[in-house]
Amino acid sequence: MTVDPPSDRSVDPAVDPAEGPTLGAGLDATLRVTGRDLDLRLQVPRGRTLALLGANGAGKSTALACMAGLLRPDGGEVRLGDRVLSSSRGSGTWVPPHARGVALLAQEARLFPHLSVADNVAFGPRSAGASRREARERAAHWLAEVDASDLGPRRPTALSGGQAQRVAIARALATEPQVLLLDEPLSALDVEAAPAIRQLLRRVLRDRTTVVVTHDVLDAVLLADDVAVLESGRVVEQGPTTRVLSRPRSAFAARIAGLNLVRGTASTSGASTAVTTPQGLRVEGLTDDSVPDGEAAVAVFSPSAVGVYRDAPHGSPRTTVRARVTDLEPHGHQVRVHTPYLSADVTPAALAELGLSVGDEAVLTVKASEVAVYPA
Amino acid sequence: MSRTHRPRLGVPGWVFVPAVLGAAFVVLPLLAMLTRVDWTQFPQLVTSDSSRAALLLSLRTSAASTVLCVAFGVPMAVVLARTQFRGQSVLRSLVLLPLVLPPVVGGIALLYTFGRRGLLGHTLEVLGLQVAFSTAAVVLAQTFVALPFLVVSLEGALRTGGQRYEEVAATLGARPTTVFLRVTLPLVLPGLASGAVLAFARALGEFGATITFAGSLQGVTRTLPLEIYLQRETDPQAAVALSLVLVVVATVVITVTRRSRSAL
Repeated sequence: MTVDPPSDRSVDPAVDPAEGPTLGAGLDATLRVTGRDLDLRLQVPRGRTLALLGANGAGKSTALACMAGLLRPDGGEVRLGDRVLSSSRGSGTWVPPHARGVALLAQEARLFPHLSVADNVAFGPRSAGASRREARERAAHWLAEVDASDLGPRRPTALSGGQAQRVAIARALATEPQVLLLDEPLSALDVEAAPAIRQLLRRVLRDRTTVVVTHDVLDAVLLADDVAVLESGRVVEQGPTTRVLSRPRSAFAARIAGLNLVRGTASTSGASTAVTTPQGLRVEGLTDDSVPDGEAAVAVFSPSAVGVYRDAPHGSPRTTVRARVTDLEPHGHQVRVHTPYLSADVTPAALAELGLSVGDEAVLTVKASEVAVYPA
Repeated sequence: MSRTHRPRLGVPGWVFVPAVLGAAFVVLPLLAMLTRVDWTQFPQLVTSDSSRAALLLSLRTSAASTVLCVAFGVPMAVVLARTQFRGQSVLRSLVLLPLVLPPVVGGIALLYTFGRRGLLGHTLEVLGLQVAFSTAAVVLAQTFVALPFLVVSLEGALRTGGQRYEEVAATLGARPTTVFLRVTLPLVLPGLASGAVLAFARALGEFGATITFAGSLQGVTRTLPLEIYLQRETDPQAAVALSLVLVVVATVVITVTRRSRSAL
């Protein structure tokens, strides 16, 4: 169902991705919290981003709190690079949160209301012993990094949700953390603000060891290299994002996955941007931030937005793909039609009318307005 | 405080009757006292040697006990609000006991602790300290009765504020002391201010514990409430005038803080 060139980076915890400067250290957390029925192991290789997916109450936030040192697990061990942050072995090890080098970004920005924006960002460097001037310079640097230089003198109460989250990101990064933990960083933002912050996170998380808790499959697709799916305190599935989402084995992953994902290069024509894969598949979509022609891009759309026909429909300007049906599977009240490139959801009645079965050739279409294009 | 007019949603009309009666019950005695003030003699009465000594002593000791309340009450409130240990609720009840205890009982308890024959009296005597019936005793008595006010209001403020900002500060690399000084304290400053004002007001009005533990020596332990009580026997006019001074001081303290902090 998911179209993706076989470009999955291998997920070997011992191997660092060779490209670019990589920040932080690898994280390896084995956690047991009996009170919340949590028992899991999460590994994030240095410089990679792990998305923690799962329903409410699955234990995602508890796991983050354990890694940040805000909650003491009953058992297990948290390692960051070659440092042991907490361990229940022997007499036990416990590194307090302030000495971990682990920054936590929550749903709400939680900016200190009694400090200006600049002083909020300077708080981490100041706490680490930087001089007032040095901390101010670092704050200015990170505010510029998140495109919020002009917000410095303001009070947090005078910021919009998106602005506040920008500042919170700068504040977390200003501490130069070994690991960044994000707890649903976009869920408290309104629909207009979220895409810009997601783009910002994509930029700053690249090559940074990060764990991001999310409900939104789009966050996993766009921010994370790897995905771990949690169900009642256990990891039920873990692996590279594209693999987990294209071949989900857990119920939760199956429910959230199934988005069509087309990776390729961008080309702009009029109001829409097309993504063309090396195999020649071309999908038209809309984008919030313009993607320069020839740049890598990804087109994301739901199978329910895909229409299925026997013959190419005439008229409307939409993406049209001719493909052979590889599989038909029940999906809720609908039937999911799989092809090598895209998947589509149709009603059983429509399927019967089309008379499609595995091996038949079909025409799949999707409107540009249903497709979101992001720089990849 | 917002000054917008809202409709009286859901307040039944009859509620105003007992509310007005209650307010009258508080305000009327003050007005009654005002009618008895001899305005021609007022300046002499409130500036007599004994009056001035009592007023200054009251202000000095109340300020000192407020400082003590802050110095000990803030850590107490933090420990009660932010930690968990066995016997915590029992300890909280004991600490708040002076709120409901008759001050005279507090005075007796202090006497048997710091007095010459008290629990610590001998130790203090060896150290050359004589606490009972000194100005220090006044401060101790006032602190004893005022401390719970600060602890209660500050613990409430700490609990209401929650630990969200403190957690963020810790993950940003701030040590516990830095978190306490740069995050916890600034955020509960309004609660601390109102707690300190309450403590000051309570110390200013302290009578029972003071007279039991510190006695009534002019210029040393005779605070304004004691002076008023004594004058009432010999010179009722002076007592009324001094009472008015106390009312004015208390009103000024409350209004100044209410104006700078909307919540008290």
